[in-house]
Amino acid sequence: MNAPESKRAFRYVGTRPVRPDGVEKVTGKAIYGPDYQAANMLHGAILRSPHAHARVRSIDTKKAEALTGVKAVVTGADFPTTEHIIMAVGESSSDLVHLSRNCMAQDKVLYDGHAVAAVAATSDEIAREALDLIEVDYEVLPHVLGIEEALADDAPVLHDDVFTKGVNPTPDKPSNAAMRVEMGKGDPEKAMADADVTVSGRYTCEAVHQGYIEPHACVSAWDSDGQVRIWASSQGHFAVRSLTAKILLISEADIRVTPLEIGGGFGGKTTIYLEPVATLLSKKSGRPVRLAMSRAEVFRASGPAPGAVIDITMGANKDGMITAVDMEFKYHAGAYPAITAHSGASSALSHYTIENSRVIGWEVLCNRPGTKAYRAPGAPQSIYAVECALDEIAEKLGMDKIEIRLKNAARPGDPNIMGIPQGEIGYVECLEAARDHPHWSAPLGPNQGRGIAGGAWGNYGGPSTAQVSIAEDGTVLVTTGSPDIGGSRAAMAMMAAETLQVPYEKVRVAIADTSSIGYSMVTGGSRTTFATGLAVTNASNEIIENLKGRAANIWEVNASEVAWGEEGAVCLAEGKTDETMSLAALAARTTFMVGAIGAESSVNPGGFLPGVGVHICDTEVDPETGHAKVVRYTAIQDVGQPIHPDYVEGQMQGGAVQGIGWALNEAYLYNDKGCLDNPGFLDYRMPVASDVPMIDTVMVEKFNPGHPYGIKGVGEVPIVPPLGAVACSVSEAAGVRMRDLPLTPDRVHEAMHPDD
Amino acid sequence: MSKIHVTTTINGDESEFLCTPGETLLDALRNRLGLTGSKEGCGSGDCGACTVVMDGQMVCSCLVLAAEAQGTTIDTVEGVAEGSELHPVQQKFLERGALQCGFCTPGFIVASKALLDHNPDPSETEIRYWLAGNLCRCTGYDKIVRAVQDAAAELRQERTPA
Ligand code: FES
Ligand code: FES
Repeated sequence: MNAPESKRAFRYVGTRPVRPDGVEKVTGKAIYGPDYQAANMLHGAILRSPHAHARVRSIDTKKAEALTGVKAVVTGADFPTTEHIIMAVGESSSDLVHLSRNCMAQDKVLYDGHAVAAVAATSDEIAREALDLIEVDYEVLPHVLGIEEALADDAPVLHDDVFTKGVNPTPDKPSNAAMRVEMGKGDPEKAMADADVTVSGRYTCEAVHQGYIEPHACVSAWDSDGQVRIWASSQGHFAVRSLTAKILLISEADIRVTPLEIGGGFGGKTTIYLEPVATLLSKKSGRPVRLAMSRAEVFRASGPAPGAVIDITMGANKDGMITAVDMEFKYHAGAYPAITAHSGASSALSHYTIENSRVIGWEVLCNRPGTKAYRAPGAPQSIYAVECALDEIAEKLGMDKIEIRLKNAARPGDPNIMGIPQGEIGYVECLEAARDHPHWSAPLGPNQGRGIAGGAWGNYGGPSTAQVSIAEDGTVLVTTGSPDIGGSRAAMAMMAAETLQVPYEKVRVAIADTSSIGYSMVTGGSRTTFATGLAVTNASNEIIENLKGRAANIWEVNASEVAWGEEGAVCLAEGKTDETMSLAALAARTTFMVGAIGAESSVNPGGFLPGVGVHICDTEVDPETGHAKVVRYTAIQDVGQPIHPDYVEGQMQGGAVQGIGWALNEAYLYNDKGCLDNPGFLDYRMPVASDVPMIDTVMVEKFNPGHPYGIKGVGEVPIVPPLGAVACSVSEAAGVRMRDLPLTPDRVHEAMHPDD
Repeated sequence: MSKIHVTTTINGDESEFLCTPGETLLDALRNRLGLTGSKEGCGSGDCGACTVVMDGQMVCSCLVLAAEAQGTTIDTVEGVAEGSELHPVQQKFLERGALQCGFCTPGFIVASKALLDHNPDPSETEIRYWLAGNLCRCTGYDKIVRAVQDAAAELRQERTPA
């Protein structure tokens, strides 16, 4: 069910046409990362550390090199020395040296699965056989996996050159505390002391993998003139280009990255793992080299979202006004410093107006793969604790859980924690939609509980380039640099069709390689439909102006006397008002009269608005086993103007189920040697179809005035509320407050039967 | 290494290939026959992206040895459409927006068709349990289940003479 339709009348925007890349994807024709083959290609394989933490004393590759069929072997020694510069990686950033060493360890391995050497051979079997012949002499070091353990005074320190950022003065001793952030306002201590009720608790959640079904893969071909071609699936081929170029000291114009179809990313494919390695193997062998990860490699060596330990105290007055929040959270950074704590802190309270708050966040290094973005990076964890604490306050006060949220909800114009006024956010509307939804008032069965939680994510704009050109028959070609992960080609075609007032089917969309279109930032941060869509709209508008000029010339009138509509150019000049000229007619003149019709737009828009959502979750807990099952779920979100509602709902549903997995099942299991015990889908248990019900969606359509089509990013928010919604639901069903995720049957059972 | 010669019928066509003894059917389909529609998400039978039908039986092709395909009949996602005519399951996946990244889609299409081939009127629960061997990380399964329901309804209508 949906909230009332938006008042704005659009012809295509808001409809549900079949996506332009649909047929090739349902017939198995689309070429994804692992599907690409280059002529004369070699097969690469990567040797990975079996230790969580070790010094690499030496690597002997002679025997591997001597094996028939082996054409190249690469180790960390083949990587050029890079400088400590901070590189943008998606919405986040990383030190170039760390990015390089994550692709291939140099003096130390920092996690089980860290790459130490790579081979290219004439077949996959030979490449794997060669890996067994590489002798690595490790000096095994003590390792550390847990957040608290990593902060202990006697913890093994991962990097001797990481000194806590964000504390004054900077410590002179290196530690695993990579970063501290603090945000806040007012006087939380006094307000807490004055509060009528307070709640305190420690909440924890585990690191989880994005779980994209397509493993990382690429082919790289280096030529002796220094030019490189890379075919890879990623969330941003421009990021693949710039990171590979910087790591290997190649100029960016010498690298041409062709985007292949991407089989899911969720933030995890905004970085690189394989491309520099494949490029070096290609340089050494003189042939194109393919590298692909197995699922186990994906789990062991690509970045999860951080696990967290969160301490929160919340105070409120009798009426349910939250007067103070004091929270301190610690996130796993993994093997390299990350900056997720920053967004975790800025998001934590952004959907509420709370006068007095202090939010402290830490990034903690440990011997796990470096963490990466996963939908709204940093927000689900901190907001999980905030929503649960709010739930506890409501319980203490005997208040309705929607009423208490409405009372504290941020409204447009309210300042966020950094003092910046919020734009047209629809949190109140989402809460009202939740209150009015039949789910909220439906009776619960035995052993069932209902949880509700909200959440927000700031969203983003960022640079995008798009070209629109008109073919000689008047059909439309849109070209962008934004990989399509979830239907964005359809959204681009719809915005072009809407702007140019041509049928949707007349618009086709291509995603160009890095040498064929200007820079575009990654597809991530809920920015693509917003920012790339704006570039498409701008370019389309420029074309309309150009076409009006052409028609004006033909009619010998001023361009200002020409309008544009469904029928094409329409003459407004006196005496010629019945003149029209279709796009096809204007385009037909391209070849002999005037030049090609096309426009390019590069944008870096502000005007993006936060996304907010509210989820309602019912679970049923089996008192015998402690197994919790989601039996009903409703996701409500302010989506701005949905362009293609199917793919907006799809983001909401997919994110909700990922969040359910995070809350109920998913966790990494490390053994006492620090090696991952569950690097596969059997034991890393993501939700399957029989685990979940239909996910009802309500799109609250609060138009974004900062975008011609009113778009707000929708991809991130859906994973924010589920942790709190599921945890509160299970807590109610089990009759005991559950604060540690995932809520596995053994945990729930133990909480329900503490005396067993 | 000496190779094994395998003769099989794939999507109605007689096919032959050479494979190593340890090679999976999935690798043979993808690397030897160029049928890259079947995907590898795990290689361990846990994601269903490699689902094919072998002698009428739905299997994970990553768990079948290529040599075992000798003399069998195999249907892959590439054979689901009849020429350029999409199967109703494919059509409904498109109409319902039941794919986002599309990487899991070939496996779901093959599995869903296999379900409807032997159960024309599955309940939601039957659909969910039948597809429980196929992982999708993007969609949350809602639109996939609805697409299968729609396809089932359409196929029933096609089968009932008006
Ligand atoms: S690849 Fe065969 S089940 Fe995953
Ligand atoms: S559509 Fe991406 S995994 Fe299913």
